[in-house]
Amino acid sequence: MKPFQYTRPESLVHAAQLSQDTEALAIAGGTNLLDLMKLQVETPDRLVDINRLGLGEITENTDGTLRIGALVTNTAAANHPRIRADYPVLARAILAGATQQLRNKATTGGNLCQRTRCYYFTNIDQPCNKREPGSGCGAIEGVARLHAVLGTSTECIATYPGDMAVAMSALDAAVHILAEDESERTVPVRDFHCLPGDTPWRDNVLEPGEIITAVTLPPPVQGKQIYRKVRERSSYAFALTSVAAIIAMEGDRIARADLAFGGLAHKPWHDPRLSTLLVGKLPSAALFDEAGDLLLEDAQGFGENDFKIPLARRTLAAVLAEATETEI
Amino acid sequence: MTAHFKQDGPVESNRLDGMKQGVIGKALPRVEGLAKVTGTAPYAAEYQAANMAEGVLVTATITRGTVSSIDTQSVLAMPGVLAVIQDSRMTTRAAQGTAGQAPQQEPQTVSYWGQPIALVVAETFEQARDAAKQLTITYDAEEGAPLDPQAVESEAKEGQTVNQGDLAHAMAEAAHSVDVTIDTEGHASAAMEPHAAIAQWEGDKLTLYASLQMLNYNIAELADALGIEEEDVRLRAPYVGGGFGSKLGISEEAVAAAIAAKQLDRPVRVVMSRQQVFQCIMRRSETHQRLRLACDDDGRLTGFGHDALVSNLPGEAFAEPVLQSSHFLYGGDNRSLSLNVARIHRMTAGSVRAPGEAVGMPALEVAMDQLAEEAGIDPVELRLRNIPERNPEEDLPFSSHKLAECLRQGAEAFGWDSGPRTPRQHKEGEWWIGTGMASAARVHNVSEAKVRVSLIADGTALVRTDMTDIGTGTYTILAQIVGEMLGLPVDKVMVELGDTQNPRGPGSGGSWGAASIGSAAFMACHALRKTLAERVGTSEEELSLKDGIANSGPSLVELLDGKELSELGHYEPGDIADDYTASGFGAFFAQVRVNRFTGEARVDRMLGAFGFGRVLNAKTARSQCLGGITWSIGAALTESLMFDPNDGHLVNCDLAEYHMPVHRDIGEVEVLMVEERDPVASPIQAKGIGELGMCGGAAAIANAIYNACGARLHHFPMTPDRILAALPD
Repeated sequence: MKPFQYTRPESLVHAAQLSQDTEALAIAGGTNLLDLMKLQVETPDRLVDINRLGLGEITENTDGTLRIGALVTNTAAANHPRIRADYPVLARAILAGATQQLRNKATTGGNLCQRTRCYYFTNIDQPCNKREPGSGCGAIEGVARLHAVLGTSTECIATYPGDMAVAMSALDAAVHILAEDESERTVPVRDFHCLPGDTPWRDNVLEPGEIITAVTLPPPVQGKQIYRKVRERSSYAFALTSVAAIIAMEGDRIARADLAFGGLAHKPWHDPRLSTLLVGKLPSAALFDEAGDLLLEDAQGFGENDFKIPLARRTLAAVLAEATETEI
Repeated sequence: MTAHFKQDGPVESNRLDGMKQGVIGKALPRVEGLAKVTGTAPYAAEYQAANMAEGVLVTATITRGTVSSIDTQSVLAMPGVLAVIQDSRMTTRAAQGTAGQAPQQEPQTVSYWGQPIALVVAETFEQARDAAKQLTITYDAEEGAPLDPQAVESEAKEGQTVNQGDLAHAMAEAAHSVDVTIDTEGHASAAMEPHAAIAQWEGDKLTLYASLQMLNYNIAELADALGIEEEDVRLRAPYVGGGFGSKLGISEEAVAAAIAAKQLDRPVRVVMSRQQVFQCIMRRSETHQRLRLACDDDGRLTGFGHDALVSNLPGEAFAEPVLQSSHFLYGGDNRSLSLNVARIHRMTAGSVRAPGEAVGMPALEVAMDQLAEEAGIDPVELRLRNIPERNPEEDLPFSSHKLAECLRQGAEAFGWDSGPRTPRQHKEGEWWIGTGMASAARVHNVSEAKVRVSLIADGTALVRTDMTDIGTGTYTILAQIVGEMLGLPVDKVMVELGDTQNPRGPGSGGSWGAASIGSAAFMACHALRKTLAERVGTSEEELSLKDGIANSGPSLVELLDGKELSELGHYEPGDIADDYTASGFGAFFAQVRVNRFTGEARVDRMLGAFGFGRVLNAKTARSQCLGGITWSIGAALTESLMFDPNDGHLVNCDLAEYHMPVHRDIGEVEVLMVEERDPVASPIQAKGIGELGMCGGAAAIANAIYNACGARLHHFPMTPDRILAALPD
C-alpha cells in the first residue's frame, strides 16, 4: 500500500474540492477501494473521507419518488420498508450481492463506483488498459470467464460487477452529482456507467471534483419485479449473468417490460428495444426467443465466456416466463 | 522410560474398550475451542517480539528464466526499508509433504510465474509491501515454457503401472462396458490462515513460529535450507488455522524470515498475502483420466482400466496419486492402470486435501454410475457385487472392510430408491431433482510417532509432543485417550502440541495424525499403568483407574507420592503394511436440483456413511466428515484453479474468485459413522478420518445431476455453463 494522506473534510463542497485532485479518491465504505489499495491497483495520494457528511438518509419526496442518500448502506437500503414494498427488484439485487458483512459497510454511492473484478485489472503484474492505459488487455487472449459479451472494445472486455445498479437501471433511477463549484447535475443510472471504447480507464461519467450525493427512484410502478442472478456458487460470487425485470400485464398482453442485465457488459445493460418489442404482445416462448435474439444480436464471446450468450438468453426467457406466468 | 511398539501384526487386545473412565469416543467439545473463539490461541503471525521487522516476499513476473538484476537502491531509500534480501538459500517452492529436506532453492532461477525471488524487509508491513511492489527487477526470460499438460510428452510415474490379464480383450468381450474420459480442474487447499512465520535468533539458535502441519519433517527441511543443524532450530506451531496439505512442508516465507532475521540481527515476520498463498504454495494438479470398465451380465467386473495424466514442475517428485484406491476398491481380473506426469511451468503441484482419491474416486464413481446404467443394475447393487474379497492386485487381505455396510446402511438412511433410474422424472418448478450415489475410499496410513505422557504429582497428566492440531481435534482426542487409559477426566489432562522441544510426533497429514499419535500415547499410558499396577500390587490388566482412583482404593496422588511419573510412548508402523491393505470405506448419497433454464446445480441434501475404525471423538470425527462432504460439494460444483494460457500464472488467486462452497451451497448433511475396530490399522483400532469425506462425494453429486436432468458431464467442476452444454434437448 502506497502511503497516502487521509482527510476528513467538513463539508460536501470541501470534499468535492479536494476530489478535484486527480490523485485523490473519495472513500465511503471502502469495501472495494481498500482491497484495491492493498493490491496497489489504486494508488491515491489522498483519501477524502466523505463519511460523517450526512447523505445517510432515505427520504420520501412528495412526488412519490424515493431519494437514497449516497452513504446509505446496502443493508439499510435492502431492508428499508419502502424499498422492500415498492422496489423489491432493488432490495433483491442488493441482497444478491457480496455478503452480509460487506453489505453492512458498502454504500449506495460506493456501490455504483465499484470497479471491475477482471483478474487482469486486479493483478498489477499483468497488462490492463483500464489500470494502465496502453499496456494491453490480458483477458482477451487470457482467461475471460467473467468477461463481457456486449459493448466490448478491442481495448477492454471487463464487466461492471455489481447487482444494485442493474436493478436501478431497470427502475430508471437517477444519480445526483455535486461538483466542487456547488453545481449539481442529475444523470440517469442508465447513462452513468460508460462502455470501454478507447477510454477503458473510465468507468463512469464522474469528473474529478464530483461526488455522488444520492440516487432517486421514480414513483413506484405496477408489475412484477424480479432479480435473477446466475452463478455457480449461491452467495459471494459475481453474476455470470443477471436480469432485473419489471413486467406488468394488461389482460393477456405485456404492458410494461423494463429490463436490465448484469455480467454482460462494462455497464448494467439496458436495451430500450426490448421494451418496444415486448409491450403489447402476448407472451410466448417464441416472443421470449425473439427478445433474446434482439438482446444478443451483437454479442461476441471471447472463448471462455462464450457460454454467457446462451446463458443470458435462457435466463431472460426464465424471467419473462416467471413474470408473465407463461409455461415454456 | 520409553514404551516402544513396532506394529508387525494385528493388536487384538483392544484395551481402550476395557477402561473405566468412559471418555473415549464421546462427543466432547474441543478442549482448545474456548481459546480459539476468544482469540487467546495465538496463530503464527500473532506472536509478539520486541523490535520486530516485517518482510514481504517479492515474486517473479516471468514464467521461466533468470533474474538478471534487482535494483535494490530504488527502494532502500524509501522510508522504513531495511533490506532487500537475495540469498541463494531462499526457497522457491514449498517442500513436498514428508520431504525432510530443503525444496528448490536459488531464487534467481525462475520456473513459474509468481515464484518468490527476494524479500523486502522494513519497519512496518505497509512499508515493506509498498517497497516490494516498487522494486525494479530485470529478467533474462526464456520463452516457450510449456504450460499445457496435454500438449507435452508425459512420463510414466514409476510404481503405478499395473497390467494384469488382457483389458482390451475383456472390454471387447464384455456384456456391458464403459470407456470414458473425465477431466478435473486444479484445486487450492485454501486454508483460512495464510502462511506466516516469525524468526528469532539467539546467537546461533533459531526459534521460528510458523503455521505448519509436520514439525517433525519441517525442522529438517528448515535446517537443511539454512545449512544449520536441527539441534539449533526450534519450531513452534501450537495452533494452525487449517492446512489441508498446503503446510505439510516448509514454505518460502519461513526460510526467508530466518535468513532476514539473521542478517538484520532482529526478529522478522513474513506473512504471505492471500494471493501469494494461492500463487506460490501448492496446487492440486488438474487431471485427465480415462476409465474403462467391463462387466458380465450380472454386473461383475471383468475388466478395470484407469489411466491418468497429471502435471508438475520439472524436478518435482510428487504426482497426484489418482489411482491410489483404484488399485483395490473393485475387482476385475483384467486390469490396466497407469499414471503419467506432464512437466509444465505452472506453480508446484503437491498435496491438497486427500491427494489422489479426491479426484480419482469421483472419476471412477461416475464411470461406475454409467456402467450401472448400461447394465441396468441399481448403482448400489453394482458396487455391492464388486467388493473384492482380497486386494485384487496384490492378493492381500483387507484389514477391515465396511463398504458393504456403508452402502446398505447409507442407502436405507437416505431413503435410496433402488427402482429404475431414468433422468428427468422429478420436477419442482424450474428445477429438476435427482439422486446419485458413490462409494468412498481412502487409503489408511500411519506414521512413526513419539509422545511423552507424564503423571504429575498432583494427579493430573501432561502430554507433550511436537504433533500439530490443524483444526482437526488432536488436542481433544489425546486428552481423551490419555484420560481413558489413566482414569482421568479430560480437564485433568493437559496437552502441549506444536513445539519441537517435545518428542517427535507424526505430523498432521494423510489423515494419519490421530491413529499414529494416539497409538504412541496409548503405549505411554500402557507403560504408566504397569508402574501404577505394581504400586497397587496388581497386574496392569486388573488395574482399574477412574477419576484419579485406582481399583477403588488409593488415589493417583497417593500412588505418585510427590513424584512425577513419565513415559515416552513410541509407536512405529512395522511390517504389517506388507501383509494387509488398509483403507477407510464409505458411501455417499446426494439429492441435487438442477435449474432447467440456467444449469445451476444445488445440493439439497447429502448423506455420507463411513467406516474408519474406532471413533475417538464422535463430535470431532463428525466435523471431519462434514468438512469432507463440503469439499466434495466444492469439487463437484465450484472449485477450479484457472491458469493463464500465455504465462501460466494462476488467475483466480483469492477467496472471492476461487469458489469454495459457502453456507448456502451446503444443504442438509447427514453423517453416519459405521463403527468398527480395526486391529491392523493401529493399536487403538482407529483409521484416518480427515480426508475420506471427499473421496468420491463429488461423483454422488455428478450422478445426481445426471439423474436430475440427463446431462452426463465428464468435467469437474460442474458449473452452469458445462451443465447447459451437456443438457440433452
